[in-house]
Amino acid sequence: MTADPGRAIVLWCPDWPIFAVCREHGLDAAAPIALTEAGLVYACSPAARRDGVARGLKLREAQYRSPGLTVLDYDAALDMRVFEPVVRRVEATVPGVQLIRPGTLAMRARGPARYYGGEDAAAAALLETVAELGVPGARIGIADGPFAAEQAARAARESSVGIVPPGASAAFIAPLPVGLVVDPRTATLLNRLGVHTLGEFAALPDDDVRRRFGAAGAFAHDRAAGREQARVVARTPPPEFEVEQHFEPPLDRIDQLAFAFRVGAEEFIDRMRAVRLVCTGLRIELDDERGGHSSRSWLHPRWFTPTDVVDRVRWQLQGAGTADSGLASPIVRLRVVPERIDSTGNHEEGLWGGGPDERVHHGLTRVQSMLGHEAVVTAAIGGGRMLADRQVLVPWGDRPPERTSDAPWPGSLPALAPASVFRERLPIALLDARGDIVAIDQRGAISAPPERFAVGGGEAAPVRAWAGPWPVVERWWDAEHAKRVHRFQVVDDDGCAWLLVRDREGWWAEARYD
Amino acid sequence: MTAPLVAPAPRPAHVEELQARIRGMQATRLDSKAVPTHPALESVLPGGTLREGTVVQVEGSTTLLMALLAGPSASGRWVAVAGMPEFGVEAAARFGIALDRLVLVPDPGRQWLTVVAALADVIPVVAVRPAGRVAPAESSRLQARLRQRGTTLLVAGDWPGSDARLGVEASEWQGLEQGHGHLAEREVVVSVAGRGEFVRSTRSRLRLPGRSLEFAPVGTDGTADVAEPIRLDDLERRATG
Repeated sequence: MTADPGRAIVLWCPDWPIFAVCREHGLDAAAPIALTEAGLVYACSPAARRDGVARGLKLREAQYRSPGLTVLDYDAALDMRVFEPVVRRVEATVPGVQLIRPGTLAMRARGPARYYGGEDAAAAALLETVAELGVPGARIGIADGPFAAEQAARAARESSVGIVPPGASAAFIAPLPVGLVVDPRTATLLNRLGVHTLGEFAALPDDDVRRRFGAAGAFAHDRAAGREQARVVARTPPPEFEVEQHFEPPLDRIDQLAFAFRVGAEEFIDRMRAVRLVCTGLRIELDDERGGHSSRSWLHPRWFTPTDVVDRVRWQLQGAGTADSGLASPIVRLRVVPERIDSTGNHEEGLWGGGPDERVHHGLTRVQSMLGHEAVVTAAIGGGRMLADRQVLVPWGDRPPERTSDAPWPGSLPALAPASVFRERLPIALLDARGDIVAIDQRGAISAPPERFAVGGGEAAPVRAWAGPWPVVERWWDAEHAKRVHRFQVVDDDGCAWLLVRDREGWWAEARYD
Repeated sequence: MTAPLVAPAPRPAHVEELQARIRGMQATRLDSKAVPTHPALESVLPGGTLREGTVVQVEGSTTLLMALLAGPSASGRWVAVAGMPEFGVEAAARFGIALDRLVLVPDPGRQWLTVVAALADVIPVVAVRPAGRVAPAESSRLQARLRQRGTTLLVAGDWPGSDARLGVEASEWQGLEQGHGHLAEREVVVSVAGRGEFVRSTRSRLRLPGRSLEFAPVGTDGTADVAEPIRLDDLERRATG
């Protein structure tokens, strides 16, 4: 190993997932916030940490420790997206940056140290760059190898720069716990063997470690001993396809904006087409004059043409209004970022499954441009007990959600499904022989057999046949969302069959077998 | 079809032949192609199948509408349903409509006729519930477009100048009793009226749906006319109730 090339700088932004979420949703980073993944806490804000929340805690335990906790789902894509401008900015200051994970960057120390005249100066320049972007509390570690440098950044408590002199890295990381370099199972095993720190691990003979723990163990052993072989591998900046347009003066009408963006949209698509790429998903970001920000991803069943891009901009602004309606606040900036790009070669035929035929797609797009994105839907069957839950309507062009209808769903209806499922349940009255409304007691017994039945305050007609109650109990463990309903099938005098529901508020018609 | 010069056909055959000729003359296009239709509906529809470029009114039953959509959908065609927010997707799937070739426009609003025209351009079978009255001029303009595109329009409601009108006259569910059982199958009497008032209306019995969610004609020979119409007590009750 020569003297220098192993030196690495690591830039670490603490609690990056929290920062990204706060920036996206406009939350206050000083509040207790936790991000969860698979029911466990993935990241938490400093306030939450003070309350005792830690990574890997169960959500329930975290909420118990910090009652005011705001819980959100962890979104890796969001993390990455918010970090991207930081990477770009740092790349402009120091070329050759390796992205370790969102929030952590590594780069070689030699170039910047020589350019800025010392490692301290390079670190100060980097910190200044990051601070310009509004990222608070970034830290820098400089040591032999990215692993030691990252530990140096994390260890820097008082100042925001931690520098480990050349050759001292092994000693620096020696007191750190062994779990940093190996997976949790191996860490437990090592602890049981009496090896607790990296220093103790590094002291084990090479050959023994390799024999006992294999290649992964040997790699970890090298790291622990400060003999890291990994170098900083600079990333190649991806080609830029995004387009951004500023409007001065700001535009307050949708059609104006759509017209102004037409050229931009063509340029956006043409630039991709020039390198034989098509865009199948994109993100449109809009900033208005009052500081409002709207951002949404759009997918396309085939690929975007310039008109489609303009349409998506229009739909995002339009919501439920019409094309010539004004906006709440004028738009100052529009940015379109491609999210999914694919080679044109893959798109000779349809995109999903058999591929919708092109004519159908064009026709439906026309209807969508008339009525809005959500007005044309395809249907899928989802999971659930209530009928309305089971039908999942997906706007044309969006991806259908994962199928959950294969699960057993105890309490759902037998094979025969009603042909009409009411979006708004109809109020009805089910009466017994004396003209009283049929009631159901706690044990699920009816007060009297139903005799007559009236829809929406109409005339009561005799009930020909009926069966029930069939109880459906949902979320009984959750007081707020618990639902307990009883279902009935009833055939009315015209021979039409109904599916009735009795809940706390009264009788409803959920669906009709017509 | 040759002129009846060879030998006088027996009387019922002769009548049928004449009827077929009348129907042929009334058809909007002589060479309109058949759309694959569910076999159970052969006895119901005039001419045995749905035809391209025609308008069929379907009244009083979403299941009947689904049965009409199931045939084209099973043969790989796209189908669209407009203006029916309560269209039961699960039932549609179980009755054999392929969901990946089903397009719904639940609330077309005031522009529903334009939406139907746009859908009809690309989708071979479109079902719609009209949100208002259709002027005869508008309907004939749309029908010309349907004929040109070869689209079949199913209307759950009123339509001036439709080619056929299907309605459910009586329906009887089986499987549900007084306090027990569950809905299992149903028999309906479907009345069919052809274009104009020339073709007399006929009735057929259908199982809609049967025990295993299938559609099938009821009756011994499956002919269009019902030998013994609906049960008398049904009619009486309908009249008084």
